Amino acid sequence: MANPTPRVRMPAQAKAGDVIEVKTLISHEMETGQRKDAEGKPIPRKIIKAFTAKFNGKEIFRSDWHPAVSANPYLAFFVRVPEAGTFEFAWFDDDGSIYKSEHKVAVA
Amino acid sequence: MDGSCRHPTRRSVMFAAGAAATAALLGPRLASATPAQVEAEIAKLYAGKTLGEGKIKLDLPTIAENGLVVPLNFEVESPMTDKDHVKAVHVFADGNPNPGVASFYFTPMMPKAAAQFRMRLAQTQNIVAVAELSDGSLYTVKKEVKVTIGGCGG
Repeated sequence: MANPTPRVRMPAQAKAGDVIEVKTLISHEMETGQRKDAEGKPIPRKIIKAFTAKFNGKEIFRSDWHPAVSANPYLAFFVRVPEAGTFEFAWFDDDGSIYKSEHKVAVA
Repeated sequence: MDGSCRHPTRRSVMFAAGAAATAALLGPRLASATPAQVEAEIAKLYAGKTLGEGKIKLDLPTIAENGLVVPLNFEVESPMTDKDHVKAVHVFADGNPNPGVASFYFTPMMPKAAAQFRMRLAQTQNIVAVAELSDGSLYTVKKEVKVTIGGCGG
């Protein structure tokens, strides 16, 4: 899994004030640092350690993860859509990489 | 899986032997956390505060066949307004190599203090969730998950 790819499923349209569910998934091995390779050397830890959700630039939700989070982390949660705008989701890797995904929601 | 639980077939014996060998190899590296360590982690965050019971709804399987992906779903009762909302929810496991699983930080912008994710469990153990409310009060809930290892109810 060379390139962790975030996938997000959420409605693109909502009524103002609606509560919608956001389902996210990112492909990532979430290497715990507990395992050893064939030669008995420990495989270094490499996990996604944090996730953030922003709405129109303001952070609304954040999560910190430990190695106990499963590979290909799935996270589902609920957000309110006060007005039309953009949700930005970001995953923070141990190696400093940040994987991002943006989703516009229109208000009908 | 049912058949191998009744009679030790050659395959199940080989499998058990393999599992035992793996356990012996991994043994010292996989020293697990203890309930005391989970309490220490909670004390690190909220030293000297009392934890109430309830408010948190924790959905977990009673028996998890695959410890690598155990689904967890939680919801904390709260109106989620500026004055009264859930600030954080922490999830701990007392039988994993490390007690921490995940922490969630909510804001009043969120309609519900709820989330769903999947975690790894090394063995049968207790899952402890702690919720911190905006008024400073704390709530906790504990639930056991039996993790099947080796196919016959490890």
